Amino acid sequence: MTHISVTVDGLHRHGDVEPRLLLVHWLREDLGLVGTPVGCDTSNCGACTVLVDGRSVKSCSVLAVQVDGKTVTTIQGLAEEDGEWHPVQKAFKECHGLQCGFCTPGMVMASVDLLSENPDPTEEEIRNGLEGNLCRCTGYHNIVKAVATAAAEMKGASS
Amino acid sequence: MIPAEFDYVKAGSVDEAVAALVAGGEDSKVLGGGQSLLPVLRLRLNSPSVLVDVSGIDELRQVTDEGSSILVGAGVTTHEVMHHALVTAHVPLLSQAAGLVADPAIRHLGTFGGSCTHADPSGDMPSVAAALDAEFVVAGPGGRRTVAASDFFVDFFTTAVGLDEVLVAVRLPKMDGWGSHYEKFHRTAQAWAIVGVAAAVKVEGGAITGAKVALTNMGPTPVRATSVEAALVGGPATVEAIAGASGSAADGTSPTTDTHADAEFRQHLARVLTARAVTKAAGL
Ligand SMILES: Cc1cc2nc3c(=O)[nH]c(=O)nc-3n(C[C@H](O)[C@H](O)[C@H](O)COP(=O)(O)OP(=O)(O)OC[C@H]3O[C@@H](n4cnc5c(N)ncnc54)[C@H](O)[C@@H]3O)c2cc1C
Ligand code: FES
Ligand code: FES
Repeated sequence: MTHISVTVDGLHRHGDVEPRLLLVHWLREDLGLVGTPVGCDTSNCGACTVLVDGRSVKSCSVLAVQVDGKTVTTIQGLAEEDGEWHPVQKAFKECHGLQCGFCTPGMVMASVDLLSENPDPTEEEIRNGLEGNLCRCTGYHNIVKAVATAAAEMKGASS
Repeated sequence: MIPAEFDYVKAGSVDEAVAALVAGGEDSKVLGGGQSLLPVLRLRLNSPSVLVDVSGIDELRQVTDEGSSILVGAGVTTHEVMHHALVTAHVPLLSQAAGLVADPAIRHLGTFGGSCTHADPSGDMPSVAAALDAEFVVAGPGGRRTVAASDFFVDFFTTAVGLDEVLVAVRLPKMDGWGSHYEKFHRTAQAWAIVGVAAAVKVEGGAITGAKVALTNMGPTPVRATSVEAALVGGPATVEAIAGASGSAADGTSPTTDTHADAEFRQHLARVLTARAVTKAAGL
């Protein structure tokens, strides 16, 4: 067992973990944060995307021990403390950027990362930025629209 | 799936990592970003007894200006390679190709050194290193040695890095005054190259005076297209001359046939993509 200490969604969490424990299993099974799903076994689908120190990673492809001392943000830590949704979450709802919703936590987290690096992306940049996230339902069109809408909203809010 | 059990060592220095590898014996393995290793462990294609995590070693995380070359630490992530000022300024071929590796989340963790040591025949970083005659700094129990790119890539998923060794850094010559381009052919987003071409050319007074071309996935290791390089140098920097020189790109190669492409199609792609890569590198 290895002791890890991680800030998860604003809270200090720690515990003893087996080195082979995947981050996504620590989040879901030890911390009960089941908002982050597992969609594949091949690191391809991106459903499990979370932020580590602000950058997107696939939590099924990271060991819990690899994030010792770091800060993890999951879909459950994105809203404001008063419950107000993040602009990307709102835009996914408004633009019908989801159908079954399985890919959505990962899509939203990857979009947040994308917009933090590129606040004003073109459609092509949005599509490239989300290339690691697969959606079986929407055909991506409304997801791209949601990210563009969130970008405009966030720009308006900061200016 | 869940990987088989292993012990985990977080190394604080290269010496510590080498010592842990020696102590762990032949079943120990270096963990870089884990972006190739973890999928392998999850599918239980491999089950090392010890993983030695090198991601926290400061020395591996540096990019250093050495005058006529830059030294990129093995632990520098693919995302950092894309954006680091020294890389974009002096080896833009590397930063451009890095942007075509996998997807953003994988690039945030996957490392330049891990990509090179993993040595997947369809990996994009090895052929860039081969095209630019990179040098690999490798540390082991007997000290450090430098390995030329032509000796580094040995076979499918096999490099000159021994079981008890760590890749520390990769030295790349500054390509100031050269044009470059990495051309990658793949059918879906976030996919490995079916064929890729790394090209750098120097154009002076309308003539090509230097050319470096390497092919991805045209054999078990990166392939230098030496006949193309020879045909380009001394010729005019024109679309026609480049197309002519690229005709020999597939000569002597023996690419695989798989579900993505057969060998003949890969050879066709090598010629077409070489022409495209060199043309763009020459700024035409
Ligand atoms: C879905 C998906 C798509 C991908 N697409 C592409 C692609 O299009 N192009 C591409 O080039 N790559 C692609 N990759 C691979 C990705 O770039 C990996 O990050 C990279 O190959 C390995 O880097 P890493 O640091 O994660 O290495 P790890 O996974 O940690 O290690 C890989 C191997 O290298 C060894 N190793 C790592 N670092 C060192 C070191 N410093 N010294 C000695 N040995 C070391 C390990 O022991 C292991 O054998 C893809 C991966 C996935 C999961
Ligand atoms: S569950 Fe992590 S990439 Fe599919
Ligand atoms: S909404 Fe169903 S997978 Fe994307």
